[in-house]
Amino acid sequence: MKDFLRSIEHLLRVVLLLALGVIGFLVVRRMVIPAEFGKYGHFRPAALDEIRAHPVKFAGRQACEACHSDQADVKSKGKHANLGCEACHGALARHAEDPGSLVPKLPDTAVLCARCHEANQAKPKSFPQVKTAEHSSGLACNTCHKPHDPRIGG
Amino acid sequence: MGTLLHGVEGYMYPNEVELQWSVLIVLYPYITGLVAGAFILASLERVFKVEAVKPTYRLALLVALAFLLVAPLPLQLHLGHPERSFEMYLTPHRSSAMAMFGFVYLWYLMIVLLMEIWLDYRKNIVEWAETGTGLKRWIYRILTLGSRNVSAAALRVDDRVGYFITLIGVPSAFLLHGYVGFIFGSIKANPWWSTPLMPVVFIFSAMVSGIAAVLLLYMLTSKLRRTPIDMRCVDTIGRYLLYTFVIDFSLEMLDLVHRLYEADESLRALDFMVHTRLFFSQVILQIFIGTLLPIALLGLTQIVKLSEGARKAIYVAAGSVTMISIFAMRWNVVIGGQLFSKSFLGYTSYKMAFATREGLLPAIILVLLPFLILYVLVKLLPPWPKREAAV
Repeated sequence: MKDFLRSIEHLLRVVLLLALGVIGFLVVRRMVIPAEFGKYGHFRPAALDEIRAHPVKFAGRQACEACHSDQADVKSKGKHANLGCEACHGALARHAEDPGSLVPKLPDTAVLCARCHEANQAKPKSFPQVKTAEHSSGLACNTCHKPHDPRIGG
Repeated sequence: MGTLLHGVEGYMYPNEVELQWSVLIVLYPYITGLVAGAFILASLERVFKVEAVKPTYRLALLVALAFLLVAPLPLQLHLGHPERSFEMYLTPHRSSAMAMFGFVYLWYLMIVLLMEIWLDYRKNIVEWAETGTGLKRWIYRILTLGSRNVSAAALRVDDRVGYFITLIGVPSAFLLHGYVGFIFGSIKANPWWSTPLMPVVFIFSAMVSGIAAVLLLYMLTSKLRRTPIDMRCVDTIGRYLLYTFVIDFSLEMLDLVHRLYEADESLRALDFMVHTRLFFSQVILQIFIGTLLPIALLGLTQIVKLSEGARKAIYVAAGSVTMISIFAMRWNVVIGGQLFSKSFLGYTSYKMAFATREGLLPAIILVLLPFLILYVLVKLLPPWPKREAAV
């Protein structure tokens, strides 16, 4: 028995090393895994509170329409009726909170409109799309189309 | 978007226009395949008692280790945040095949490969720990784990345990690369990948590439060391390369015939792709130059009695095109699977960048890195007898 143990002594060292590795791993694991990990799913429950603590950036359409009812009326009659205001004007919770603290800039229609209406084979045929480079001879889109109601003359 | 759409033809869903899995994801199965293939070649000697391939046994193990160390790097470079990869072990996501690969990798590295190399080299490591000088001596001392136990009884135990590890190593090597194939084969949304044959095809192509890589490296290192090439050894490896290549090719053809006969709704799209965007990489490079040519060349050595020089030339040529062929196969799977739309009515193209995180340059570096690691390993653990290594 003693001879046998002597002949496998080096292997016992490997087993010991592996065991130490596994124990070390388990200790590290215990130390670094956040408390209650997996309580609601494969994530830290505290992440929910962190996300909840983020300041709200979007005001929401109702907040915009409370003051800008004239624009809302025009928009409600046009093709863009279902688009949210901040989809084009950007996130404006700060403006809604205190209109003076952040004055929104008007978007550049040459960039903004192309984002949806640039011709692309992947879009359904029924969706209005143009090759902007050919369509307007360099004129800004809002020369002819008013974004809140984009019909010509709308 | 405008520039991307130049490569688009027909009706493509917007999220399919840009390829997400780049050349680095081509490297991942390629490198893992080399690991599995090299190990299986090593196991030929150990488990299947093919004595003729003995001169490549240790080299094959070192090749497997060098490539295995690099195998996760393409994935980490592709995903970014390599420091997060450890979280895969801390909080394993058991429903993710990709996440569980971390454990398959760890098992293969720690239990199979490192153990087998250590057991096989242990006698030498103890010798070198006594005769070595400087830093090397310290490295060898650490590698002995403080045990100078090289008695006949201890070495007999090493041999038995080593045999047992190789025995579990063979299915582990199959698991390692079969798993890579499984990750692709289980993606049901993609008809180019989704086939249960995928893991099997991956295993055999891995064996082909690993055997070819060790064959080439053995011939190259023999040339560099100015030692004669053991023709019995390379002839045997050449023969095994031929056998595995024939099985691999048959499996791929079986997949093709099955797809053609089944003729589901994706067939026309895939057929179009093979005839256009993948024509060069699949039909010309993978099938004709990369598979039929080496099979014909290797087959020739079995039918005609050729001179030693001619056989060597054939092995180098066949081995080299095989390496390209298997890379093309990985390319056709990974890139090919992303070139067509799920609408089956549109196709996109892949334009590789150069010096970007996922460009050609990092891919080249990742291919060269295993050779650098192999150089260090060979210096540290010479796979051939010391007197020959002195050259």
